Amino acid sequence: MVVELAPAGRAPSGSRAALLVVEGLWTWYRRNWRATVVSSVLQPVLYLLAMGLGFGSQVPPSEATGGQPYLVYLAPGLLVAAAVQNAAFESTYPVLSSFKWQKTYWGIIATPIGTGELVSGQLLWIAVRLAVSGAVYLAVAAVFGALTGPGVLLSLLFAVLTGMAFSAPIVAYSASVNDEGDSFSTLFRFVLLPMWLLGGTFFPISQLPAWLRPVAWLTPIWHGTELARGAAFGTWLPLPSLGHVAYLAVLVTTGVLLARWRFRRRLTR
Amino acid sequence: MVAATVRDVTDVCPLVKAAGLVKRFGPVEAVRGIDVEVRRGEAFGFLGPNGAGKSSTMRMIGCVSPRSGGELTVLGMDPDTDGARIRARLGVVPQEDNLDTELTVRQNLQVYGRYFGLSRAHLRAKAAELLEFAQLTDRADDEVDPLSGGMKRRLTIARSLVNDPDLLLLDEPTTGLDPQARHLLWDRLFRLKQSGVTLIITTHYMDEAEQLCDRLVVMNEGRIAAEGSPAELISRYSTREVLELRFPPGEQPPVEPFMDGMAERVEALPDRLLFYTADGEATLAAAHGKGLRPVSTLVRRSTLEDVFLHLTGRSLVE
Ligand SMILES: Nc1ncnc2c1ncn2[C@@H]1O[C@H](COP(=O)(O)OP(=O)(O)OP(=O)(O)O)[C@@H](O)[C@H]1O
Ligand SMILES: [Mg+2]
Repeated sequence: MVVELAPAGRAPSGSRAALLVVEGLWTWYRRNWRATVVSSVLQPVLYLLAMGLGFGSQVPPSEATGGQPYLVYLAPGLLVAAAVQNAAFESTYPVLSSFKWQKTYWGIIATPIGTGELVSGQLLWIAVRLAVSGAVYLAVAAVFGALTGPGVLLSLLFAVLTGMAFSAPIVAYSASVNDEGDSFSTLFRFVLLPMWLLGGTFFPISQLPAWLRPVAWLTPIWHGTELARGAAFGTWLPLPSLGHVAYLAVLVTTGVLLARWRFRRRLTR
Repeated sequence: MVAATVRDVTDVCPLVKAAGLVKRFGPVEAVRGIDVEVRRGEAFGFLGPNGAGKSSTMRMIGCVSPRSGGELTVLGMDPDTDGARIRARLGVVPQEDNLDTELTVRQNLQVYGRYFGLSRAHLRAKAAELLEFAQLTDRADDEVDPLSGGMKRRLTIARSLVNDPDLLLLDEPTTGLDPQARHLLWDRLFRLKQSGVTLIITTHYMDEAEQLCDRLVVMNEGRIAAEGSPAELISRYSTREVLELRFPPGEQPPVEPFMDGMAERVEALPDRLLFYTADGEATLAAAHGKGLRPVSTLVRRSTLEDVFLHLTGRSLVE
């Protein structure tokens, strides 16, 4: 007779463990996604319509818009800016809550999942969220004739990269926050908003006063926007593009390392 | 084959073995060199007041808090190098619930089970079984948030069993529950013990330790003050009976006049005097003889509470 043993718990391998974290977050999302639609999809679409169609009707195609109608010029930029904004939301309150209010991270690390895998899973989930929201935005933008061709799919990839270049360091920051989330309002007001306005989303940064341009160079949005427009309009140059990708990759890598450190410090004291 | 060998080894070795175990948080030394052995199949208790270092010890055993010094093996492995493999075979009930309150009761069990690499099909059946065990079947598809504290605690305990653990760590499993909920939990824990699960329990409640633990240690300020079975500890550190005399506020007499032979020991608590004695009624008669006029008197069997009082010089439940 074969005695069947109850399958006791196992320690899943690293990448599988990260995917299991994604699965847990997806289970939450499936129940609660409605609340996130407005900010993640509706808002960028409204911006595209108001700025692109409305305000854009007053802006003739010019050198500044690469000869494109303003709506078309704006679409890839908003794709990137929206990814960064979604990244900001997804990397702040939900992360703080998992530490402080729901404390779900503490539950997860009591299982075979380690802090490194938890960070990977959390970031992977944010990347998926950015990709899906971006894709929905692109579909709507296509309906309004704001897209020029299949190059925007590559733009979507760059938008996700840009979002993650912001997300990973912010996740690390959120893992260090222990207030009621007040520091996030400061972050949104003094980092996110200026980035949105000055990062080249709505106009080329060459229009900024010369002393402000170096600030724009620091923002992931500017690098991402350059890449996304370059891919959408086929106007990119190899060397600068490599530079943009490298800058964003460095931000992602640094952010991941910082986040792993902060998670370990907070969860396994 | 490999799994069988591991189990054989842990059959003879203690499931948890700590020697000179230390935990420091910066300048704070939370655990100051404790020696503990927990054997397969037993229910082992850590008893102690706030800040004694119980949770710090539990978190080291649970492989989520690296030790600052000393030796520790759990299930025959070293938490520093085999944390994930150990955690795969542990069940953990933390002091503070960390359920996902925005998921349903059932989802909490299933999502958690997935972290142990268990299949969805297995978890569907397991969740149903655990819901039954925790008497939450009729709330299975409700969100966790509005559940009562007792229900959440039961769910946390059910969740800790999702991987059929070899060792269950329960950090104050019944704190904050009403008496009925506590008794229900005790019954559940007793059943788990009968089914062969090894339990490690921390508690402030003496009756809980007496009910559940085969063996326990009394911790105080990071050290182990005493170790033994509840009965051993009571016989070693207390007397058969205790006489309690309560006085109106401000009228409690000093203890010194009664130290002489009326009882083996006298403790003064803020609101009463405790006389440790073999015969409570005889001591009561003697007390009346000495002119003591308490507002109420009680002769009772001695409990772990008294052991604790003796060992640490202070009452646990202030
Ligand atoms: N993460 C931490 N950082 C700093 N100090 C800590 C930390 N965790 C515990 N301590 C300190 O270690 C000591 C022991 O705490 P611990 O939580 O282990 O006690 P406990 O016996 O579980 O108490 P309680 O009955 O209140 O739960 C306390 O002085 C506490 O302040
Ligand atoms: Mg504790």
